[in-house]
Amino acid sequence: MSGSNVLFDAQGPRGRRVSLILSIIGGLVLLAAVAWVVSILAAPRESGGITVPGMFDPSRWDIYSDPQLWGAIWRGTLATLQAAGVAAVGAVALGVVFALLRSAATAWIRIPTTIVLEFFRGMPVLLMMLFILLVASTGAFWAVVIALILYNGALIGEALRAGLASLPRGQREAGLSLGMRPLQSRMLVEFPQAFRQMLPIIVAQLVVLLKDTSLGYIVGYNELIRTTMNNLASFYGNRYLFSLFAVTLVIYLIMNLSLSWFARWLSRRTASGGTRRGKRAGPPPDLDQAVLMAQASALARTSERPQ
Amino acid sequence: MDVVIENLPRYLAGFRLTLLLLAVSGIAALIIGTIIAAMRISPITTLRGFATVYTELVRNTPLTLVLFFCAIILPYLGADFSYLVFAAIGLSVYTSPFVAEALRSGINGVPIGQAEAARSLGLNFGQSVGLVILPQAFRMTIPPLINVFIALTKNTSVAGGFFVAELFTVGKELANGNGDRVIAVLLGVATFYLIITIPLGILAAHVERRVMVQR
Repeated sequence: MSGSNVLFDAQGPRGRRVSLILSIIGGLVLLAAVAWVVSILAAPRESGGITVPGMFDPSRWDIYSDPQLWGAIWRGTLATLQAAGVAAVGAVALGVVFALLRSAATAWIRIPTTIVLEFFRGMPVLLMMLFILLVASTGAFWAVVIALILYNGALIGEALRAGLASLPRGQREAGLSLGMRPLQSRMLVEFPQAFRQMLPIIVAQLVVLLKDTSLGYIVGYNELIRTTMNNLASFYGNRYLFSLFAVTLVIYLIMNLSLSWFARWLSRRTASGGTRRGKRAGPPPDLDQAVLMAQASALARTSERPQ
Repeated sequence: MDVVIENLPRYLAGFRLTLLLLAVSGIAALIIGTIIAAMRISPITTLRGFATVYTELVRNTPLTLVLFFCAIILPYLGADFSYLVFAAIGLSVYTSPFVAEALRSGINGVPIGQAEAARSLGLNFGQSVGLVILPQAFRMTIPPLINVFIALTKNTSVAGGFFVAELFTVGKELANGNGDRVIAVLLGVATFYLIITIPLGILAAHVERRVMVQR
């Protein structure tokens, strides 16, 4: 049900007026709420007998003319992107390996891989970071990167495997009947198709990965949040906490929104060849859900066609 | 192994707090998410716009930043709660757009003919949504909702970085106290998380299979 406008009539003049009025009222209520929040933020407050200026007072924003501050923010952003970049490459590579092992014909390979994957998927990334940090004592950067690689590699591996399982069986049969070895058919025939099918979901997962680099704040890697909220806030003083938060938020939104839009664009592009042509600007694809659906459809297919 | 058994009461205390966070912020996120999803399909343009902007903004903000705002900036602005409440607020707000998206994807999964049939029978917006669309959408939203709760379970660990003594914090403290048995301590913590996430995952797969067959 993509067009929810079926749910209500095309409105006549009166209905349009009512809905316009409601829209305006709703807009005013929202504006009032925003104005209320802003006024609370902007109001000077009393603290221990001293009047502290409001959040939008120039004295809270005057550090932004300092080029050194921007240099520090830039280094923080770069550290975030660096961790995300290394982890993304590693996670996709590990995902490919996991997918192949997980769909191996030999039970000796398949079952241990399944257990390892379930283990990684069910654990918080933060716990993995702490584990790597304490057990392998790799330093914060590699703790963040390796934990992200393992966690997202497991997720991407599961997605790719579900993609492999949901391919029509004829693809593999055709490959084998051409005289390819099983691994050849996997790599040359099935895998490229599964990868293309799951690509938007993998990119959407990379947005999650980029957001998760912020966990470095907790394990002590100097990424963006730690740079701004910890180092800069203690260097310039706590009164800049709010403005530094605002700047950090904007930087994160820019990075994540552009990557999300890329994922959405990809999924629209790949979907347009298939049956869902009418679907426009859908929600960004979700990895867990896609895995569930692909698994269930593969299972449904094998159960209705007994071998 | 001994270190886990010796410290079992502490583990259980942390686990209880994790479950509490999961339950409270899960329910709150469900409520906020349902409101946001209702706004997104409503005929009123400003509400739709607000819901869209809210979803996009919160989804693309890292959880660490949301919790930082709740745990450090809100007290700075004068809010006075315990850190547990702040963490619950942050987790609810962060999870709500994911709930909204799960609900919306369920609604979008109902074939459009159902809505057309309801409308052509003369049902109005409220009736066709309440009597025809939602009962069908509900079934399909369960697997994605379970996935959201699995993610929430794992995300409660981030609250451990913001002064809440839940499972992750317990693990960190025990690991610091027993430097020679870190592996056992942290595997113990992992087990508690897996106790929640793996059964939920199996449940999600099971429900999805049934829904899929019925489709």
